[in-house]
Amino acid sequence: MIDFDYIKARDISDAVGRMAQNPAAKFIAGGTNLIDLMKENVARPTRLIDITGLPLTEIEETDEGGLLIGALVPNSDLAYDERITKRYPLLSSAILAGASAQLRNMASTGGNLLQRTRCLYFYDTTTPCNKRERAQAAARLTASTA
Amino acid sequence: MQQRPQAGLTPKLEVTLRVNGVERRVSLRPWTTLLDALREYLDLTGTKKGCDHGQCGACTVLVDGRRIVSCLTLAVMKDGVEITTIEGLATNGKLHPLQKAFISHDGFQCGYCTPGQICSAVGLIAEGHAKTADEIRELMSGNVCRCGCYPNIVAAIEEVMQGVPSESRP
Repeated sequence: MIDFDYIKARDISDAVGRMAQNPAAKFIAGGTNLIDLMKENVARPTRLIDITGLPLTEIEETDEGGLLIGALVPNSDLAYDERITKRYPLLSSAILAGASAQLRNMASTGGNLLQRTRCLYFYDTTTPCNKRERAQAAARLTASTA
Repeated sequence: MQQRPQAGLTPKLEVTLRVNGVERRVSLRPWTTLLDALREYLDLTGTKKGCDHGQCGACTVLVDGRRIVSCLTLAVMKDGVEITTIEGLATNGKLHPLQKAFISHDGFQCGYCTPGQICSAVGLIAEGHAKTADEIRELMSGNVCRCGCYPNIVAAIEEVMQGVPSESRP
């Protein structure tokens, strides 16, 4: 893998502060997507800020009658939560239709929304990809048609 | 990949890994996965490296009783938590019921995926969401078997789930 340093955030303001200090840092929770991208050299953070100790693991009722899902609630806990299965069955079945039981146990709700699992070109760093590095493919296309 | 001289690498961190009830202090780089830590630092080679990308399930272990893939887990993030590998399932020299059932049902051929299959099945049963053979198949879909022993794997898990001991089978 790539070389990076690792720090465990003490609380939310510590995590946010450390991210502000280093734009090449990344938060890590479940790691199911980020570690994979780092193994493929697609993501190259110089620092990982571990946020798994932060108090973001609850599912709470809101005043408007909805639910507020903590960013660190694991996919499996969310999918099987009774409030979700009763009131938001589509969300539950969508989660259970993806990944595997092991990955759902690891993956967080916040990380799920931020994941970057994409096509083979995205993963292959020898091919240009606008999703991986903006304007790269367009530049290649311009060069070849010029 | 960024190439730096060895001396310039991020220093090792001291981590306490609690594996199968035994605490082990290890000094690891941040990028060492739990899978590599188990195999290369603790000599626990029962956990297998298959795809190393979280897709095959061969590296499945239990962390605080929940099944996860150790290849996508950084060891430094599991400091002090309870890790169970295939080596920790037998108690006092007696095989775990799932280990027995995999033998009696011939739930493997080459055996490479088996530690992951069994750890995953322990997690599956603890989760309690599978009630039927179809649900076992669905919730074991994170464990791939190149030899194609799926019918026997499902039969082994089903038997343990229903609490029928292997010895009493005809």
